[in-house]
Amino acid sequence: MRETIQINNVSKLYKLGQINSGTLRNDLTIWWNKVVKRDKLKLQHLNNYSNGINKNEFKWALKDINLSVEKGTILGIIGKNGAGKSTLLKILSRITAPTSGTVRMNGSISSLLEIGTGFHGELSGRENIYLNGAILGMNKKEIDNNLDSIVEFSGVERYIDTPVKRYSSGMYVRLAFAVAAHLDSNILLIDEVLAVGDIEFQRKCLDKMGQIAGGGRTILFISHNMKAIANLCDRVVMLENGRISNIGEPKKLIRSYLESNMSTKTFSNEIDMTDIPQGGNGTVSIKKIRLFGDNSPNCNFDVGEEIKIQVDYYNQLEGNKLCIYISIHNENEEVIYVSGNLNSLSINTDKWFNKPHPIGLFQSYCIIPGNFINTGNYFLSVNIQYDVNQHAAISGPILKFKISDELGSIRELNQELLGYMRKKIYWESKQILLNKDCDN
Amino acid sequence: MTTSKSSNWDLTITSHRGWFELNFGELWQYRDLLWIYFRRNIITEYKQTILGPLWIFIPPIVTTLLFTIVFGKIAQLPTDGLPGPLFYMSGLVIWNYFSSSFSGTSNSLSGNSGLFGKVYFPRIIIPIATLLSGLIRFFIHFILFLCVLIYYSFNSNVELFPNYYLGFFFPILILIMGIQGLGFGLLFSAITTKYRDLRYILGYCMRLLMYASPIIFPLSIVPDKYRLVILINPITSVIEIFRYISLGTGQINYYGLFYSISFTIIIFISGLIIFNKVEKNFIDTA
Repeated sequence: MRETIQINNVSKLYKLGQINSGTLRNDLTIWWNKVVKRDKLKLQHLNNYSNGINKNEFKWALKDINLSVEKGTILGIIGKNGAGKSTLLKILSRITAPTSGTVRMNGSISSLLEIGTGFHGELSGRENIYLNGAILGMNKKEIDNNLDSIVEFSGVERYIDTPVKRYSSGMYVRLAFAVAAHLDSNILLIDEVLAVGDIEFQRKCLDKMGQIAGGGRTILFISHNMKAIANLCDRVVMLENGRISNIGEPKKLIRSYLESNMSTKTFSNEIDMTDIPQGGNGTVSIKKIRLFGDNSPNCNFDVGEEIKIQVDYYNQLEGNKLCIYISIHNENEEVIYVSGNLNSLSINTDKWFNKPHPIGLFQSYCIIPGNFINTGNYFLSVNIQYDVNQHAAISGPILKFKISDELGSIRELNQELLGYMRKKIYWESKQILLNKDCDN
Repeated sequence: MTTSKSSNWDLTITSHRGWFELNFGELWQYRDLLWIYFRRNIITEYKQTILGPLWIFIPPIVTTLLFTIVFGKIAQLPTDGLPGPLFYMSGLVIWNYFSSSFSGTSNSLSGNSGLFGKVYFPRIIIPIATLLSGLIRFFIHFILFLCVLIYYSFNSNVELFPNYYLGFFFPILILIMGIQGLGFGLLFSAITTKYRDLRYILGYCMRLLMYASPIIFPLSIVPDKYRLVILINPITSVIEIFRYISLGTGQINYYGLFYSISFTIIIFISGLIIFNKVEKNFIDTA
């Protein structure tokens, strides 16, 4: 079969820290000392100053990537945060150039690293369809032909001539995805687009992706959603520290990925996130996640014990409207429980929910009641969002903890209780017919 | 990042890129985006303002009145015998197009890093769209100027000797101002991705350049020792020719015109080259 994408020895070098001094003055001083005064000692000092004190602040985000993708393949790209997935997609979609190496492609390409790119709040839904469509690479005729279908798919017919700033966030996302779903390119590059919106909408997106995939198009798809990857992809590439560590059939690869990912983590009641790469747009950084049981740090909880989850995070953007979510994952990385400081998910009112946050360090905590989550090993992830559904910082399933029944709360039961939930609920039984009545 | 077509592949991406590479075929492919983005600029510019599109008219009228009072009535600077409003507005119409082209495009890269970080299209589309929406504003200002000109033509106290037969120069003048503004803008937007502090200098540069152009004074009153400074300014000859055609004052200096055109071409090409160089990787540091 004909190759659509051929990647040869692609590498990408990033300089960490500040890229240059950022001010003209410092660079001029360097130039002055270098060219005019030839003062080597001072020059070195200045260079260190402008490049960051540490000299080894270069990082190969990608190193010697070789890959060819055949026409019609749906290729999943998995890997931990910072493994180079997004960098690879950015190079393929020509947002940034590789440091070395070559990529060759056949056919038209569209990249969906975000939905609703270029949306302007003052413009109507219809105008934004044209704007967004054109930015994604459609021409006016293609948009004209698809307009009715886009509007129908989005389900916002009634508001199509209203400025999108009046849209609810759900409507906004639906309209944005509707445009993206009608892209008619031969190659689609998709990055975690499905991580927005509610479950129903995510399912709709996945269905649509499946349909698109059936049409013989080539798709490269980055996701942390292993289920979606397993369902959609023909082949999976696993990236690790900028290199391809494995290529193969999805189910097998995902299993080994999850195992390696999970088993390496040890139980811990506290994690310092300062040096751990985080997802999101970077306006917030999660600093520390801690677990407490009955007010002392803990990671092995009794099933009847309350679990207090405490998160320290630093907001770097003045006025960022933040809310915080926690998710509990099982050992297969499936999410079994999510909560957040939204009014509809909390029994009290968190006064910082969706309020503009000044720059600074914040701390949130929540309490998961005892007798709620069943025994087992779990992972905790923290997700801080802005404007309700946009990612500001994502920790990924990072903190491993255990819920056990060593005190023997389930005395009546001689075996493990199935399921993930074990909340005590109301039960009542009564006899409604007497035995002798049945005989009649 | 080369985006050339080789024999077997539609697209090749590599790390290096030629010194001067503007892919016109690709620009043509994205012409609809240019048009839609241009419309977006026009539509969104005056939304959420009380006076709306009236804002197009307010700046030239207010500045002209201000200049007439301050420089004409109070400082009593000569205006080559022309009525103050006509003299100042003729300079301002040309100047405003240049300055809006320059400052409008000078933030093309940094101001759109969010967009450029998510999707590829020829980056040059954004400054070109800005240039085109500035052109619309220029035409409206030009019509405003024509109204003032017609008003004074019927005023018997004023005698004008316009040289309308040289009207074919107009498109060249507009092109010079637009392309020169774009060239400066591209240069600036490329440099400011690295040196953010230069953005604050822009405002001062513009004001300085304005006072070095014959907008509030005619070239004829400039003393000989400063004359060269004013003539080095590539905008001078454009304003002078514009006044010569429409009002009959000033002079038409073909050397000056040739200088302006050469300057425009040089600044545009160097702007384009540096913009191209910076554009391929600036998102890594934005």
